[in-house]
Order: sequence, then C-alpha cells, then structure tokens
Amino acid sequence: MVISRKIRHKILHTLLILIILIPIIFPFIWMVMSSIKTQVDIIAWPPRFIFKPTLINFEKVFIEQNFFHYLKNSVIVAVFAVLLSLIIGLPAAYSIARFKQKKIAVFILVARLLPGISFLMPWYIVFSRLHLMDSYTALILSHILIALPLVVWVMSPYFDAVPIELEEAAMVDGLPQQKSFIMIVLPLSTPGIVTATTLSFIFSWNNFMFSQVLSQQKTRTLPIAVYNFLSYVEVDWGAVMAAAVAIMTPAIIITMIFQKYVVQGLTAGAVKG
Amino acid sequence: MKKDFVERNIKYIFPLPALIFVVVLMVFPVCYTFYLSFTDWTLTNASGINFVGLESYFNVIKEPRFLAAIGRTFYFTFGAVIFEGLLGLTIALLLNKNFTGKGIIKGALLLPLVATPVAIGIVWNLFYDPTIGILNWVLSSLNLPPNGFVTDTATVMPSLILVDVWQWTPMITLIVMAGLAGLSSEPFESAIVDGANPRQVLFRITLPMLMPTLLTALILRSIDALKTYDIIYAMTGGGPGYASENLNILAFKYSFQYFRMGQSAVMLVFLFIIVSLFTLGVMKLRTRFEL
Repeated sequence: MVISRKIRHKILHTLLILIILIPIIFPFIWMVMSSIKTQVDIIAWPPRFIFKPTLINFEKVFIEQNFFHYLKNSVIVAVFAVLLSLIIGLPAAYSIARFKQKKIAVFILVARLLPGISFLMPWYIVFSRLHLMDSYTALILSHILIALPLVVWVMSPYFDAVPIELEEAAMVDGLPQQKSFIMIVLPLSTPGIVTATTLSFIFSWNNFMFSQVLSQQKTRTLPIAVYNFLSYVEVDWGAVMAAAVAIMTPAIIITMIFQKYVVQGLTAGAVKG
Repeated sequence: MKKDFVERNIKYIFPLPALIFVVVLMVFPVCYTFYLSFTDWTLTNASGINFVGLESYFNVIKEPRFLAAIGRTFYFTFGAVIFEGLLGLTIALLLNKNFTGKGIIKGALLLPLVATPVAIGIVWNLFYDPTIGILNWVLSSLNLPPNGFVTDTATVMPSLILVDVWQWTPMITLIVMAGLAGLSSEPFESAIVDGANPRQVLFRITLPMLMPTLLTALILRSIDALKTYDIIYAMTGGGPGYASENLNILAFKYSFQYFRMGQSAVMLVFLFIIVSLFTLGVMKLRTRFEL
C-alpha cells in the first residue's frame, strides 16, 4: 500500500506541474506551430493540430520583407545602448555603493519608474529640431534611459557586497581607487555585470514605444516591424507568427543561457539581499 | 602618498556622467512636459505656443474620454495585479520544495517575462480571434457561447487583463520563490517542534515573513501596470472605439496622432502624479521594512 500511495502522490505531482506549465508555454507552442502553417491551415476550423509544416512564412519575413534590416537596427541600438549604459552606469553604481549615495541612486532609479511617454513627447520635439529623427543617435540615447537604471539597480548592491578590505590592501600598495575599481572590483563583479547586461539587452530589444516615435524606415527596430505586419488589409497570420518567432528567439536563447542571472536581475530589489 | 585628482574627487567624478545623462534626457524633458501642460500648443496649429494657465487642465478634466481612461488605468492595474499576486503566490508556494522538473518550470516561468510584449499581444490576438481563434473553439467544445474577447467593448478589458496576468504572474512567482529561499529556517523548525500543523505554519509564519517581499513586488508591478502600453496598443490600439484606452494610450494619441501637445502634457502630468504616488509607496515600504 505504501508503494501505491507513493505512485499516487507522484501522479498528482506531475499533474500539478503540467497544470502550471501548459498555460505558460502553450502560447509559445501555438505561435511556433502557426508560424509553420500555411494560411489555409491557420484559418481552418476547427483549429488544426496536425498539418504539413512549411517554411514559406519565414521566407516571406526574411526575404520579401527585409527583416534583416530591422534585425540589424535592433542589434545596433541594443548593443550601443547597453555598452554606453555600462560605461556610465558601472562607475555610478560603484560610487553609490562605496559612498552610500542614496539620493543619487533614487535619482537614477526614478527613470525606471516614470512613464516613458513623459520624456518621449519632449524628445520628439527636440530631436525633430535637431534633425535627429530616424537616427541611431536618438534611438540609442532613448534606450540608454531604459538600460542605465537597470545597470545601477542591479550593480550597486553587487558592488556593496565586494569586501572593501580587498581594495584597501591594493590601495596601500599604491593603486589609486579608480584603478582598483577597474582591476579588482569589476572582475569580482562579473556575475552582476552579466545580469545587468542581459537584462538591459532584453529590455532594449523588446522596447516598442520609443522606436515607434523616434524611428522611421532607416532605423526602425524589430518590434515596430512586427507590429507593421498587422497593418495589411488581410492579416497574414503565418507571416506575423513567423515574425513573432524571429523577434523572440534571440531574447529567449539569451535568457536560457543566462537563466540564473536573469532570475537574479528580475527579482533584485524586491527581495532583501 | 599623494592622491591624484580623480581619486580625490572620485565620489563626484564617477556618478557624474550618469547624472548628466539623466538630467538632460529625463529631468529636462519632464520639466518641459510640465511647462507644456500650461500651454494650448497644438502642433498642427500655426499660432504656436501660448501660455494659457490652467485652461488645458480644465479642458482635459471636462473630457469624458480622459475620465474614462483614468478609470480604466486603475481597473486594469488593480485587476491585473490582484490576480497576479494571488496566482503568483499560490504557484510559488506549490513549487516550494525540491522535485524533479523544478528547473524546467523555472525556465518556463522566464519565457513570458522576456518575450517581446508586442509579439505576445499579437499571439494572443490570434487566440482571441472570433472566427479562427482557438479560445472560441475551446468554448464551443464546452458548449459555451462564443466570445468576442478584444473585439467586444464588454469583454475587451478583462481579455487584456488576462494577457497581462499571463505575462507577469511568473514575475511574482519568481520573486516569492526567491523570498522563500531566503527565509531563515529557525521559525519553521521551532513551529514544528511546537506541533504546529501545515496550515498554521503557512498563515502564521510563511505568509507574514513573505509580506514585505510580496508587497514590494506588487507595488513595483502596479507601477508597470499603470504604464501598460505595448500590449494594449498591439492588441486593440485602444479600441473598439475607446473601450480599452488607458492614460498612456490616450496621452500617446493626443501627442502623436492629434498633435495636441498641451492637452497631452496635462494627461502626462496626471499619469506622472499617479505613478509618483506609487513610487513614494515603494520607498515608504522599503524604509518601513528596512529592505
């Protein structure tokens, strides 16, 4: 009887996991399935779970719609925004941690909390006057405002945890503090930097509103391109789903590789530690 | 040993670039928006920027579309956050033990959080589609009447809230799981020694100890929910009619479709105030619980 209770417990447990798991991943499964269906299979009623897969939608997205152009833009904007955010954010986070500059921390973190649209309208006006609409400069600047608070948010507790004795020992040996920051503190904080980089990359990658206003054909990023697929007279669901798969894949691959770090970053701030 | 200039002033030099950046790209724009809220500026109008005092405020407050959008902003936020809190907490508690497959669930929980919201919205639109959507097929299989979901003014808000709940419940779950992992085991051990039953442990020990974490998570989530834009814009554009316009969507339309910058600025000031109140809430909580 003991064994059968164990088995029953195991079945219940598996069932529970499935009840949690299926609603979470079903939209992704359906998206991928739809992306390899023909239009006929997609609009079929009842919905088809078994069908002959096709790559025609991906062909449409990548060859006819010049998706690589938008992909390139998304990569350029995200990479530069993240790099620049690290360059100005890491020293700031270090200073906040070492000198307990709470007010500076709050000041930078407010950018994470305020609605993006309250900067976007003035940016639109100023960037138009400076002839910076549809420029990488404007987009990258706007995306730094997404990435910078994340860098500070993730990194200042991290720097705080690096024992100050390590630095003091180096400084006694004549190493200036800025050099000890670069040579001692930064290498010790690699996991934090990975977290900050991953998160800010993903948030920049997914951003819709800033690019929607500040970019046009030349610098348009992927989320806008995906959205624009909807504006055709008849929605080509297969192509739209292929575009959705294409935009999510990089972010999901990065997340799976750096899973531990992404969890840390997303839960940072709410959990003491 | 003599310190060089950078080292002597490191506490000013290190944060300076970030501070300048935030002042130029955030503080100035916010002040400018505030200034514009006292003007009647309409980009399509040749008369330029005229200072009109509170006139734009009165015009906006009289606008039924604006009042409805404020109501919807709160409806969406509280609707979504309450479900996310309950569901997220429940799932985290259910997963609070070691078992095979925990890693897979944790990985799956991350997927909605990192997926592009616009694309998520479009995928859910395919679910919700009245003629080909899988949800109506499920309803008809259960002999239930079909639903219009986001195409029907009566169901559009709950349908959007469901998408938000789907996307962000995992966030609460992950935060609560991290919080659970950080709880010290002592109170639990002594409770078991004292003969407490599982329910007592849950309600008397686990939940009270989790409260600060959960509250902070919910307020942070509320701040984001108040600003929801991507999913609503992608799924309905604020429609049908105006039935799913929240403040963010409405202000966006006023700015970039109608070019009524002055009135849009007024709406942004309101959104700004609402979000600031929640932000203050976060800070108050953090000091109170010494987080």
